[in-house]
Amino acid sequence: MRNCDIVIIGGGPAGLAAAIAAYDNGVKNILILEREERTGGILNQCIHNGFGLTRFKESLSGPEYAARFIEEAKKRNIETLVGTTVLSLSKDKTITAINSTDGVFTVKAKAVVLAMGCRERSRGALNIAGTRPAGIYSAGTAQKYVNIKGYLLGKEVVILGSGDIGLIMARRMTLEGAKVHAVCEIMPYSSGLKRNIVQCLDDFGIPLYLNHTITRIDGDNRVSGVEISRVDENKKPIAGTQKYFHCDTVLFSVGLIPENELTKGADIPLSPRTRGAVVYQNRETLIGGIFACGNVLQVHDLVDFVSEEAEIAGRGAADYVLCGSGEKSPIDTTNGRNVSYVLPQKIDKNVAGDVKLFFRVSNTFRNCTVKAVSGEKTLATRKKKIAAPGEMETLTLGSNVVESVSEPITVLLEEEN
Amino acid sequence: MKEKRSLTCVECPIGCSIEVEVENGVAVSVKGNSCPRGKLYAENEVVCPKRVLTSTVRAKSGEMIPVKTSAPVKKTELMNIMKEIKAVHPELPLKIGDILVKDISDGANLVVSG
Ligand code: SF4
Repeated sequence: MRNCDIVIIGGGPAGLAAAIAAYDNGVKNILILEREERTGGILNQCIHNGFGLTRFKESLSGPEYAARFIEEAKKRNIETLVGTTVLSLSKDKTITAINSTDGVFTVKAKAVVLAMGCRERSRGALNIAGTRPAGIYSAGTAQKYVNIKGYLLGKEVVILGSGDIGLIMARRMTLEGAKVHAVCEIMPYSSGLKRNIVQCLDDFGIPLYLNHTITRIDGDNRVSGVEISRVDENKKPIAGTQKYFHCDTVLFSVGLIPENELTKGADIPLSPRTRGAVVYQNRETLIGGIFACGNVLQVHDLVDFVSEEAEIAGRGAADYVLCGSGEKSPIDTTNGRNVSYVLPQKIDKNVAGDVKLFFRVSNTFRNCTVKAVSGEKTLATRKKKIAAPGEMETLTLGSNVVESVSEPITVLLEEEN
Repeated sequence: MKEKRSLTCVECPIGCSIEVEVENGVAVSVKGNSCPRGKLYAENEVVCPKRVLTSTVRAKSGEMIPVKTSAPVKKTELMNIMKEIKAVHPELPLKIGDILVKDISDGANLVVSG
């Protein structure tokens, strides 16, 4: 069995940034385990631009953004095993992994950073009547086929779900010569970024059907068409509102799920709201020395935030290795009115420094105020012209504010009267 | 005659809603942008919308290589540029920033982006 100071599971944007931050905070014996044949994660297939505006003040493609971190990891000689799948993780931070050179092996770590990312919800997770023909893909799988393998998957396309990957693929398939007939969204708003509605749909005249879902898929061997219907407030299809599109391809962009099988295997408590681990502000889970960051912790819209969060986790892991863990003095955070979740779920008052709260609102609101309160006290507040579930919000609590708090912190959104 | 147009700025993920007043084909007032980039975007958008085009080319050896235009190009030209991009089959190795086609459109080069 091998020993390591920090093992990082996943070599995508989160894992890379965590490794670099841990290294720069004084821990050199780091090992990244990556399932794919190269690091960079999902960014490798995200060839569109718009990454890095916050971090680098430049609009980069996904591979360009990844390359900056891969480069930094290389400079530091951080050891990376690619083509390596982690089979299990135990509470005592023993990792069992497998690859084609070493076979099955175990690594004992002083600290672990979970950076496994997320996967797409599949059609199987939805109830749609009809046959099960070829030509149905999740948007991310389609993205991999088109961008990495160079296949055009179909010529006549309907997309269910208006998440960012679905919107990006609507444009990508159009540029490659396909006709995208419709993007259907069951909610009254898109879960994607507004800029993607404009530059991926409006620019190409692709219609977005809000409050609509696919009610039937036809086809024997290959998809031949889909029926869509308007839904009522309870998301039930309304009879008589059907529209029919002949098509050969259906893409699903219906949400992402953090990939927490390993986390569950180690009995690390998860939050039902984020579907990721419950963490302190340094991204330490409730099992000491195991940290989590990036999409395995909460599904992000912007990789810039993933990098920021991963650096927090990487620093946390380095501190744990160098200083061990001290006594904790935890305060819980919860989501209040019009907010669907808050992260971190726990704040350890014994850890110094500002705490940035990440959260999502539960609907689209105009002229509103987001607030963090504790008992009678308002800790932080910000006015927003517009707030939408598709965009992550933040509020920062200064270190002196955190020190003064004695009751749970609630984050909420107030509408203007 | 002044004409009002509502735009969504696509320069960053915030996506500000922008109101532009257009007179004789040019923007005379821009409101709603949170930063100077938004003003520039709106001024260009009412005259000639431009976008950075991203795609892939197939290298001679078969791999797909991500590419982009080094600057925004006319929105109306995107499909024509795609046709040109499809005919590009470079030799490896390549690195980020390598120019594959000089001045593919509007003075922008086609460059390797991954
Ligand atoms: S105006 Fe500025 S802040 Fe607003 S979307 Fe455009 S670039 Fe972003």
